[in-house]
Amino acid sequence: MADERPIPDNTEKREITDTKGDKEPVIKIEHLKKSFGTKEVLKDVTMSLLEGENLVVLGRSGQGKSVTIKCIAGLLQQDSGTCNVYGQEVKELSETDLRELRKKVGFLFQSGALYDSMTVGENLAFPLTRVMKMTDESEIQKLVEEMLENVGLKEAIDKVPSDLSGGMRKRIGLARTLIMKPQIMLYDEPTTGLDPITSKEISELILDMQKKYKTSSIIITHDMLCAKITSDRMLVLNNGKFIAEGTYDELENSEDKLVRSFFK
Amino acid sequence: MSEIGDQVLFMGTFARNIFRSGFEWNELIRQCYIIGYKSIGLVGITGFILGFVMTLQSVPTMKEFGAVSFVPSMVAISVIREIGPVIIALTCSGKIASSIGAELGSMKVTEQIDAMEVSGANPIQYLVVTRIIACTLMVPLLTILADALALGGGFLGSNIGGHFSTILYFNKAFHSLSFTDLLPSFIKTIFFGFAIGFVGCYKGYNSGSGTESVGVAANSAVVSASLWVIVLDAIAAQVTTILAYN
Repeated sequence: MADERPIPDNTEKREITDTKGDKEPVIKIEHLKKSFGTKEVLKDVTMSLLEGENLVVLGRSGQGKSVTIKCIAGLLQQDSGTCNVYGQEVKELSETDLRELRKKVGFLFQSGALYDSMTVGENLAFPLTRVMKMTDESEIQKLVEEMLENVGLKEAIDKVPSDLSGGMRKRIGLARTLIMKPQIMLYDEPTTGLDPITSKEISELILDMQKKYKTSSIIITHDMLCAKITSDRMLVLNNGKFIAEGTYDELENSEDKLVRSFFK
Repeated sequence: MSEIGDQVLFMGTFARNIFRSGFEWNELIRQCYIIGYKSIGLVGITGFILGFVMTLQSVPTMKEFGAVSFVPSMVAISVIREIGPVIIALTCSGKIASSIGAELGSMKVTEQIDAMEVSGANPIQYLVVTRIIACTLMVPLLTILADALALGGGFLGSNIGGHFSTILYFNKAFHSLSFTDLLPSFIKTIFFGFAIGFVGCYKGYNSGSGTESVGVAANSAVVSASLWVIVLDAIAAQVTTILAYN
């Protein structure tokens, strides 16, 4: 049966720092270039993410969307250009400083990337004990349960990742990332491989969590329903460069054929 | 050449992370259990059969020279000095290095290592340091167990023909062994264990991004670890010889 719940209109509810406002963007990327061998994936990427904003990045496969957010998280290093997070150039950070910065940046991987050898509870407790250096077992347990309740999977605490469905893995992955209370969230295709109903639920969960934890987010997706639900602003990446920028409605009515083709 | 450079860098990263705060004691114990305890069956059977077969095959030849009484000494010296450590290290290369290579390789492919890294945790400390140290500790212990069982297997082999009593067999076996047989042999197994853990972790941690690379990581971990065991054994033999005659 089709899910007829209305798609939340997020445009009026959140306060977003204006591009022309006083605040600096939390992420600022300028003329980013990245090649793998002879293949130039990012040719000249320039973008910024404002505080409290949900920025959706659209683009065909292999255009460098994931590479862009991996440069932001410091998993990849750009060949040239700047990638600035909270005023710090990621490429120039020492190992210790990068680890500190990563406490503020959450990353949800396409597959959820749950640790296979641990239960769901242990997955969520892992960053608390290793990164936040928490030692109080009861406090850890309380936080884990609270976060699992937020994503609606409290009963899965003792399950192992292999017992979970794709949607559950994404929820747990989101819970594990959010348990660190990051200020920026990077979502790498959060709804890929999910059925439309689960996909919508995940998109709404992203929006709910964004409101609750007041994060700024970059969401890489092909899923237009996810883009519609979550986006404040959208960018279209093609051939290593951003070719269009605007709100969902603006891009839907774009004169560019390629941009419009995403909405069909 | 670039691989050697990468391995040296990886070794440096490993060394830096051993002494960082927040050592993963629980994970080390878990790895010791997986690497050590879960290999007891394989290593024990291998050691026992090794001693058994060596004795069975050497008794007829020794009989021709009227030297059957030397069989316990021969088995003890050859198993403890050379064959035991090498065969057990090669067995561990197959079991442990492949399992570490495949596990870390699959963690890499499924982005679990990246997830650990972006969360601000230290995957080298959690995944690599614990596995290499567990291997370095467990392989020597497994070799001692296998050597002991090989002597037992040797006794069974020689006892089939009714050549030795229990006391005579073990008396002759231990009488022939000296401290200079045991110590170098034990020390080289520490290096074997380190090489097995290091190669397994290096191959797994640096595997490619496709599922095929998990198989490649496991396979190349076994091949490289086995090769390292042979090379280290040759070096150990040279060093022992030089030290023994100087």
